[in-house]
Order: sequence, then C-alpha cells, then structure tokens
Amino acid sequence: MTKYIIIGNSTAAIGAIEGIRSLDTTSPITLFSSENHHTYSRPLISYLLENKTTLEKMKYRDDNFYELNNVTVVYEKIVKINSDKKQVYTEANKEFSYDKLLVATGSRPFVPPTKGLDSVKKYFTFMSLDDALDLEKVANSTSKVLIIGAGLIGLKCAECLQNKVNKITVIDLADRILSSILDKDASEFMQKHLEKNGINFILSQAVTSFNGNVAQIGDKNVEFDILVMAVGVRAQTELIRDIGGTVNRGIYVDTKMQTSIADIYSAGDCTEIYDISCDKVRPLPLLPNAYIGGNCAGINMAGGEMVFDNAIPMNSIGLFGLHIITAGSYIGDIKEIQVPNGYKKLFYQDNYLKGYIVVGEIERAGIYTSLIRNKTPLDSIDFDLIAVNPTLIAFEKKVRKTKLGGKV
Amino acid sequence: MAINYTYFNYEIIRNYDRCINCRVCERQCSNEVHRFDEEHNIMVSDETKCVNCQRCVTLCPTRALKIVKTNNEFRENANWSGKAIYKIYRQATSGGVLLSSMGNPEPYPIYFDKMLLNASQVTNPSIDPLREPMETKVFLGAKPTEIKRDKDGKLINNLSPHLKLEVPMMFSAMSYGSISYNAHKSLAMAAKSLGIYYNTGEGGLHEDFYKYGANTIVQVASGRFGVHKQFLDSGAAIEIKIGQGAKPGIGGHLPGTKIMGDVSKTRMIPEGSDAISPAPHHDIYSIEDLRQLVYSLKTATNFKKPVIIKIAAVHNISAICSGIARSGADIIAIDGFRGGTGAAPTRIRDNVGIPIELALASVDQRLRDEGIRDNVSLVVAGSIRNSADVVKAIALGADAVYIGTAALLALGCHLCRDCQSGKCNWGIATQDPELVKRLNPEIGYKRLINLINAWQHEIKEMIGGMGINSIESLRGNRLMLRGIGLTQKELDILGIKHAGE
Amino acid sequence: MKRVYVNEEWCLGCHLCEYYCTFANSNMTNMAELRNMIIRPNIRVEENNKISFAVSCRHCTDPLCVKSCLTNALSKKDGVISIDKDKCIGCFTCIVSCPYGAISVSANDIAQKCELCTNNSNTSPLCVQKCPNGAIVYEER
Repeated sequence: MTKYIIIGNSTAAIGAIEGIRSLDTTSPITLFSSENHHTYSRPLISYLLENKTTLEKMKYRDDNFYELNNVTVVYEKIVKINSDKKQVYTEANKEFSYDKLLVATGSRPFVPPTKGLDSVKKYFTFMSLDDALDLEKVANSTSKVLIIGAGLIGLKCAECLQNKVNKITVIDLADRILSSILDKDASEFMQKHLEKNGINFILSQAVTSFNGNVAQIGDKNVEFDILVMAVGVRAQTELIRDIGGTVNRGIYVDTKMQTSIADIYSAGDCTEIYDISCDKVRPLPLLPNAYIGGNCAGINMAGGEMVFDNAIPMNSIGLFGLHIITAGSYIGDIKEIQVPNGYKKLFYQDNYLKGYIVVGEIERAGIYTSLIRNKTPLDSIDFDLIAVNPTLIAFEKKVRKTKLGGKV
Repeated sequence: MAINYTYFNYEIIRNYDRCINCRVCERQCSNEVHRFDEEHNIMVSDETKCVNCQRCVTLCPTRALKIVKTNNEFRENANWSGKAIYKIYRQATSGGVLLSSMGNPEPYPIYFDKMLLNASQVTNPSIDPLREPMETKVFLGAKPTEIKRDKDGKLINNLSPHLKLEVPMMFSAMSYGSISYNAHKSLAMAAKSLGIYYNTGEGGLHEDFYKYGANTIVQVASGRFGVHKQFLDSGAAIEIKIGQGAKPGIGGHLPGTKIMGDVSKTRMIPEGSDAISPAPHHDIYSIEDLRQLVYSLKTATNFKKPVIIKIAAVHNISAICSGIARSGADIIAIDGFRGGTGAAPTRIRDNVGIPIELALASVDQRLRDEGIRDNVSLVVAGSIRNSADVVKAIALGADAVYIGTAALLALGCHLCRDCQSGKCNWGIATQDPELVKRLNPEIGYKRLINLINAWQHEIKEMIGGMGINSIESLRGNRLMLRGIGLTQKELDILGIKHAGE
Repeated sequence: MKRVYVNEEWCLGCHLCEYYCTFANSNMTNMAELRNMIIRPNIRVEENNKISFAVSCRHCTDPLCVKSCLTNALSKKDGVISIDKDKCIGCFTCIVSCPYGAISVSANDIAQKCELCTNNSNTSPLCVQKCPNGAIVYEER
C-alpha cells in the first residue's frame, strides 16, 4: 500500500493518476485542488467565451473519473510541505501524510508592477476558468479592451472577445507578436491576419503608467473599459523552493520527473525539464508535455520505470481561422519553403531537425515533430522532399516497413 | 502525314452528372486517353488513343464511363466493310505487314455451337454430382496395349510416364515476355493448387518458378529460347512446339523492346534483340527427325517425363498426327485456328488453319482406324470458351483441353487485342513494371481457381446428366453428341448424327 | 486487433481509397454527390518516383495524439482511437503530435482521422473492400 498525494487538478495531475492506476489499482490517491472545479482543460477558456464549448464539455475527464480511479478530491489549497515528516498542510493547517507526492501546481499569471496600477478599478488575468467567467460578465458591445501582452494567452483572449466588444488593442514590449514562438516573418504574417480581423496592435512599447481607465503609452493615451494582464506566467514553485529543492525558472526534475527531494515528483507547467531541441533545461509549459510528464511521474511513483527524455516545446494555435504549428528551437540553418497563403520554415543543425514554424498549411506537421523528437539523422531521409511536403515516402523503404508494416 | 485516313474506333461516353473528377481513369490509362483539365475543372478524353480495354470503365467508382463503337460509318457495303477498307489505308500508310493479337475474330462457323449434348431420361438414369462420386481425373500419356507379367506372374510396369490432371483442363502455352511475370506466377500458383499444369510457352522458365516445376510443362520451340538442361529437368513434361493455331507455318516474334531484364535472362538472349523464332525447327525436316528429337529429349531427362508435340490444326492434320503417334511422343496437342497469340500477322491469323472440332474428330478417328489411338493422348486448344466446349471436345475424342484466352480473361483481360503495344492496362501482356503491378497474383490465381472449379462442377453436371460418372466414359463417345444445322459432310467428318436421328 | 495495412508492392496510386473513404464518412447515399467537392479522406496516398502507398491512422498502442489532446476528445476504446466530434475544438495539437500525419482538418475545422469505419454504416473498412488490387488489407499483425 502506498499513499499517493497529488497537489494540482489539471493535466499533469490527471496524467499521474492514469500512470499510477496503470500499475497500482488499490492504493489510495488523494488529490488537492486549489480551484473549486472538476478538472477542466485550461486552454478551452477562450473557446468557452466564443461559445465553441460548454462548461460541461470543457471537463478534461468525465464526471465519474475520480470515482472510477478511486481518487479522493479535496478542494483545498496546499501551502506547505514537510519532506522529513512526509506531510502536506492545507491553508487551514490540516495535515495529510504521503509516501509519494506529486507537485503539479502549474503556473499563475505574472502581473508586472506598473505605476498607477492600483488606480485601475479592476483588471483581469486570463488564466483560469473563473478568470474567464468574470471577464464574460463585464464584456459588452461598448467595451474598449486593452490587453497587455501579445503572446498566446493575450491573443486568444483578443480572439474570443472580438465580436463581443467595441474595440480591442493589444500592446507588447517585444517588436513582434507571439515573440516566444514565432520569428519576425511569421509574426508579420499573423499580425496582418489579426489586423484584418479587427485587432489593433501597439508594439515595441510598454504602458508607462495607468490613471483610472487611461493607460499612458509613450506619448499616447489609450482609454479602456476592460484591462487584461496577459504578460506572462510564472511557475508556482514555492512549495518546493521553500523546502530547499532545486528551483530555477521552474521546479527542476530529471527525466523520471523526480525533484531534488526524495519521494517528491513534479510535472506540468510548474517544472523545468530537459529540452532536447536546444539541449537546455527550461520550462516547457504545453499540455502534451504536462500529460506525458505527469503520466511518467505516476508510473515511477507506483514503482514502474519510465522516462520522459524527448521533451520539446510544441504549439498549435489557431487565430481567426489561421492555424500555426511550431515545435522545437529555431537554431541552425534555415530552409524556407514558399507556400501559398502561408509560411514554412525548417531549422536544422548538425544533421538534425531542430525546429519548425508552419503557418497555414499545417497538415501532417507531426511528421516534422517526430524528426525532432526521434533525432532522425537528416541524411537518412530525403530532406528536400520532406521539406516541401511532410511525407513518409521520404524515409527509406525498410524504415517505411517498420513504421507502416506492423503494429506500432 | 497530311491526311489521317483512319478514324478512331471507339467513342468514350462520360456521364458528367456522375463524374466526380476522381481521376482514376486518368491515372490508370496507359494510353493517356483521359486528362483532367484544371482550368475548366472537367475531365477530357482523347478517344483517338482508346483501345477499349475497359480499365477506366471498370474502375470508375460512379459508373460514369462507357466505351461504344463509333457510329461514324462508311457507306454500307457487304463486300467492302469498314474494317476491310481501313486495313487498306493502314497498309498504304505503313507499307508493313498487319499485326494482330489474340485469336481469329472473324465470323467463321463455330462447330461447338452447332453440337448438342445428350441427357438421360428414362433409361440409364442421370447421376447427381452433389450426391455421388464423379471422376474428372485424367492421365495423359501413352497407354499400354497389354498387361505384361513376369515369369512369377507379377505385373511388369510397362507404363510410360504420365501427367496426372485432377480435371481435364490445363493452361495453354503463353511465353514469359508476351505475358508478364505476375501473369505467369498466377498461372503457376493456380496450376499447383488445382493439380493441373501450365505451360511456359517459348520464353523459358523464370528461376523463381522452378518451385512450381511439378505443375509446369516446359516448351521447346523453334528458337530454343531458354532451353538448357536444368530447364528440361525442372518441368513435369516437355512440349515440342512445331506450330501454333494462331499462326500455322510461321515462327514467333517478340519485339526487342520487350526483351529486357528478366525476360532477356530467361530467354538467354541479349537485351533489346528481337526474339524471332524460325518457322521450322531447323533440326526437324522430316518425321524421322522429329522422332530423333523426341528421343534426345527423353534421354536428356532419363525417360522420366512425357513428351508432348504441339501442332497447329491444318489440312492434313490426321496424316501428320498419325506420323507423330508413331514417333515416340506421348501426347499430341492440337491447336485450332481460333487459338490466341501475343502478336501474329493478321492475314495468317485470320486465314490459315482449320477449326479444332473438325481436326480433333478426324485425328481421333484416323488413329482409331490405324489401331494406334492408345499410343498418344490428345490435348486440344483453340478457343475453348466454356465447360460445354470442354465436354464436347472430350466427346469428340480429346483427353484434355488447353485454355489460353479463357485463363487470361479470368485474370482480367478484356480482349481489346492491343497486346502488341506492350501497354496492357491489366498487367498481363506487358513488361512495364508499373503495369505488371496491376496483376496481383494473390488475386489472379484465386480467380483462375474459381474458373476451373466452376467449369469442373458444370462438367460434372453435364456428364452426370448423361448418366456418365467419369471423363473416361465420355472420351470419344460421339454418341453423346448430335449436330444441328450441319451439312452431311460436316456430320461425317465430326462422326456424329444430326439432332433428331 | 485488426488494423488497416497497405502493401506498397501492390498499391497502384489510383486514389480510389481516398474517394471511398470520403464517401464512407459522409452522409451521402450516392457517390456521384462527391462531384465538385474537395475530398477530405482519412487515408492519403503518397507517391513519388514510381512508389506509392496510402497512409492512415496506425491506432498506436501508445497513442501520442490521445496524450496530447487538450479536451479529451481523442480516446482509445477496444484499441480503436476515435475523436468525439462534440468535444473537439480544433486546436490541432494532435496534428502536431502524430508522427504519421494521420490526422487532418475536417470540413468543420475540427480534427478527423480513420476510425476503421466503426463510426459509419460500413461493417469493415471501405478502403479495404474497394482497393482494386488487394493492396490494402485488414488484418492482425
């Protein structure tokens, strides 16, 4: 009998539960959720506001998931861990003991301290379901919205509000939108598309100060009714940092998802892991990585053996019908392919594909992702052919036979 | 050339309400007839190139296509038909010998269709093949004339080597080169599974098919292509090809463009050189020479294999067969004038040779009259189209039949008769790997098995209906046949009575 | 479990599997209705330099797409991986993940893939039934 405790109720936590239960169907699992909701898919909050999904359909697992998997859910926040005593404590100071612990606390929105921010009556972040529901209550057809941050979160927020409000302005200190995942050319392409859909941008600038419902940006004053802070996120690493675990930009975990503290594992957006596309340890906050990491942690917690050793950043984002898929790191030589109504760049170095950006024609991009993840030597395939169109015919005959000729 | 005298033969009718622009017709036509016009978003067809192989019609998922004979016609003329006129135009343009593929399509009488079978009624009741055992097995080879015993009374084995057939049908000679590797493979696999034989034709035996040797008849033709000791040893029987029904009196011709790769290797001739088989075997100029060749082959194979002589049905067929029956051959294969071919001069194919029904009847009668019928088994070919033809052939005196065209039809041939172009859309009469691929032997051999099994069942039904339960009892049993619409002369040659008699 | 496999040796690149797949997964009763439509099949023919073969979902035993799905729309049941059309929001994270490129964008801008014809009225995969050269088979390996 092993006592499992999971702190967190999102993707990594669910992955861990499924990992544990694949090996251990009897030991008790207790899950602590700081949000008072059934596990839900966080990225769906913008779709909710667009009525493309419902509260019911947003659930990441069915209602009976916890029951079927014999998980006790406690809707309380954990504030402290004692790794010597192997206990965790809630806000009300209730204690619970564990044999194996998973920290899957995710991240929280980062609000940069700006002069005059306290004079703003209310600002919103766009991270949790509650954030989205709050925003929905106030947005109306006269609202002027100012979004700080032209990243994934900020733009998804802009997209879902676009036909509900009067005007949307997005501001970012970077010289281009989606600066963390796109290069200049792809950014420009996307920006034009968003501007055609009614989004206004102010780039290479920051808000110098707020005054009530006016933001001072350089020598311009921008009025707003709704202010959304979508500058970025910070991994919630306090629980581990406070007890001396290795923490940098996220909780450090090895390929078995173990933290530097015995019997404590971590997975998801709160961690930093080894990125094989650039050979560095860094946060890779994407849902697939959270699930796979959580699953891997769960299996190891239950006494199994699994590693997650091919993590890379990946993104799939659609904005106003234009899809972008990116993966890996943009280092090395560049192969740019001309595509109609789109954009495609492949990055390669030392005979490996390191990363790619595809805008528009996203079909079969997963074949590129597998080249990065599997570290496929580019001289073993017809790279010129696959660059134009991701196909399996670019692989040698005997490789094709392994991929397609039998059970995988 | 200034004026195109030849109008195309076929028109392609495409139902545009059904056509979904899937382009399978374009992709699958080796004659490049169909094309997708991107600008107008419509399929267009160039009927001048169409040979009516029906590939596009068969594959079209919405049945949007049909091919019809063009009704662009010359003025009616019972003597100078459109066909006859076009052939003049072609020769005036090319100056060459007209070539055709497959069997004689002209409307000569088909004697099989003028013979009727008997059935039992009151006396000698019918036999039901589903309830009672029926023997369709035959043995081909010389039958001994007497039982010999040794001084202790034990039987002496004086049997010559025989071929055992589960059903009295075999696959005719079609050379590797005229048909594809996959076609040969289908025939070989089917022959093995059915317990019958297929014939290599004059192209030698591909090394991959040696494993089917026990069901293979290896052919020694006048060009001796691919003939070496291992080749002779690998088969179950050796067939000396003197002639072929489609082109009696001349040899074979396979153009150099088809002699590549494995075809060249199997025939043992250089790539690109035309494979021309001479008209006679240059070592057979008399019946004594034939006997010598027969015994050379038997010696080379230790007298373990029966030797077949294949000849075309010509005017003095019975005298020729009488000579062959005394030459030491075990089986005579007679190929009637309807026999198929990969390519033959049109005039020879359409005008030389005689019907197999008449040839068979006269040979069988002559050999019986001379008391040498048991020296040989008779196998006939030359358009055996269905199981009724098989039954009638056996009743006229054959021991078994060879089927050629029928087998190719089972494999997918649509008798478009454009084999000589090498662009067979069904993967049969081609060496182009892209086209050969279209005949998947796993599918092909099953279709051949289906055909033979179906015919076997029908044969059992027909002979059961006559009150006979074995092929042996049908062989040469002319009383089971009656002629209809035949002259007295024809009835006499066939040795049958007229219906009503 | 039986899966769809394509033998490169026999594939003629005729593309009929693509049309029959689209037909199978549509509500059409008559294939002629495919006229003037851009087809979106779940099996796709790849061809280059005289080689051709078709690729469809491998129904992996350890599916990356299911693990990556944001909404739990992709799931595995009895070995078959299927997409719940109500839950899918068209984020296409599955497309980024699938190493075979087996998932594509549907006409409604959500994800679609081969479900072995378990989600339509055919009793067995239609591409297998209709392949003219026996290149596509449905068997256990």
